Amino acid sequence: MAMITRVKQKQITQLIAKGKRLDGRGLTDYREIKVEQGIIERAEGSARVLFGRTEIVVGTKIEIGQPFPDTPNEGVLTVNAELVPLASSTFEPGPPDENSIELARIVDRGIRESKAIDVEKLCIEPGKKVFIVFVDVYVLNHDGNLIDASALAALAALLNTKMPNFEVKEDEVKIKAGYTQLPIRKHPITATFAKINDKLVVDPWLEEEQIMDARLSMAIDDDGNICAIQKGGSGYFAPQQVLEAAKMAKEKAEEIRKKLEW
Amino acid sequence: MSQKHEKLIDKKGLRLDGRKLDELRPIKIEVGVLSNADGSAYIEQGKNKILAAIYGPKELHPKHLALPDRMALRCRYHMAPFSVQERKSPAPSRREVELSKVIRESLEPSIFLEYYPRTGIDVFVEVLQADGSTRCASITAASLALADAGIPMRDLVVACSAGKIDGTMVLDLMDTEDKMGEADVPFALMPNLNAITLLQMDGILTLEEFEQAVNLALEGCRKIYAMQKEALKAKYVSVKEVEE
Repeated sequence: MAMITRVKQKQITQLIAKGKRLDGRGLTDYREIKVEQGIIERAEGSARVLFGRTEIVVGTKIEIGQPFPDTPNEGVLTVNAELVPLASSTFEPGPPDENSIELARIVDRGIRESKAIDVEKLCIEPGKKVFIVFVDVYVLNHDGNLIDASALAALAALLNTKMPNFEVKEDEVKIKAGYTQLPIRKHPITATFAKINDKLVVDPWLEEEQIMDARLSMAIDDDGNICAIQKGGSGYFAPQQVLEAAKMAKEKAEEIRKKLEW
Repeated sequence: MSQKHEKLIDKKGLRLDGRKLDELRPIKIEVGVLSNADGSAYIEQGKNKILAAIYGPKELHPKHLALPDRMALRCRYHMAPFSVQERKSPAPSRREVELSKVIRESLEPSIFLEYYPRTGIDVFVEVLQADGSTRCASITAASLALADAGIPMRDLVVACSAGKIDGTMVLDLMDTEDKMGEADVPFALMPNLNAITLLQMDGILTLEEFEQAVNLALEGCRKIYAMQKEALKAKYVSVKEVEE
């Protein structure tokens, strides 16, 4: 991990104690968020999301495969995340490490638990053939809060995803011309908090992440319900902080959803 | 999960195994169960059967993993192939990688890591039989194994899950409740510091329900904490008896 100087660490914590941050934001402000959809023509759906200098690209691919035996009428969602070496000096080439697996699983949980995709509409032949949606998260520049940016990019890409039209004739699946929009019912938004010096700050950037005690991420659906939570980092939270974070996450998710008109 | 299922709570308000909504499963804890390990513990919680062992503090290999200012904690959560209904491949799954990470991060705040710079400690968790909330039972056992190894700690970490089944908030989900219920909230606590060291959730909860889940889990953790301390004491009481 890139070491942050003690001087900077002191400066960041002192500012936060006064309710300010090194990059000029308030404790509950997100960085500027930019979303661009349909940037990769070869992918069934795609999006680029910027949180300040953090940059994520998500591409989706759709294939025909077998459903899981316990859910024969449902399509399959598969999320993978790559911490691409060009995104940070701390990312190494090689098989996914625990950080990329955790990131993928947090993004997956937000989409899955909120039932964002109408998976029953992805069924071609019950028990035999369904559409599999692959969501690949590509981190291109790491400046903190990969979780919220990746979750948002994944949703943006899914909203932009088209699945092929098909018909079933004598047990054969024939792909027809044209596309249908992937059925998306919910818009889960994930909000992450860093605990620094016993205060919560939203959307931590890289230097804040390097000195934080712990982080807490919460995915919120369109109805304001919590649909996934993940605590990370080697610190802890007081029960009161956790409830405070939940309330704040709900506000932030609404704010982002409104801004993006989703 | 969208499967049709029988009721998880009956008319009398009892669950499939006859428990009340805020009742824990029967728990059995034993400390110092493996002779080779520096510390170990075994827990049974419902049908969960889980072993935890500690090796260290010791020199780290490979050496570049050593940290200049504190001890490196490593953790491996692993499920035996025979621990679940359908054989699980012994290769670590993505789920196990994630759980190893969150279990490690739930134990880290409890240890005075700065007392042992440049060293490492290994926490091994083996799930011999799984019955829901295994990560929680694993944390409860692993923290005891750390104490058994004589590692200086701020407090024991104790974990327990809360969740929502049949529209009702309950404590300590077992396997069927986890799979068929609406939400699962794994939770770990250092009771004396009132510090939450693990918090996850999947499913759907309103803010009010989430608060209820936190309160249920806090209570559950305090109950298991008492059993944890008893189990730790029991080991040393039995040592005395042997000497006499």
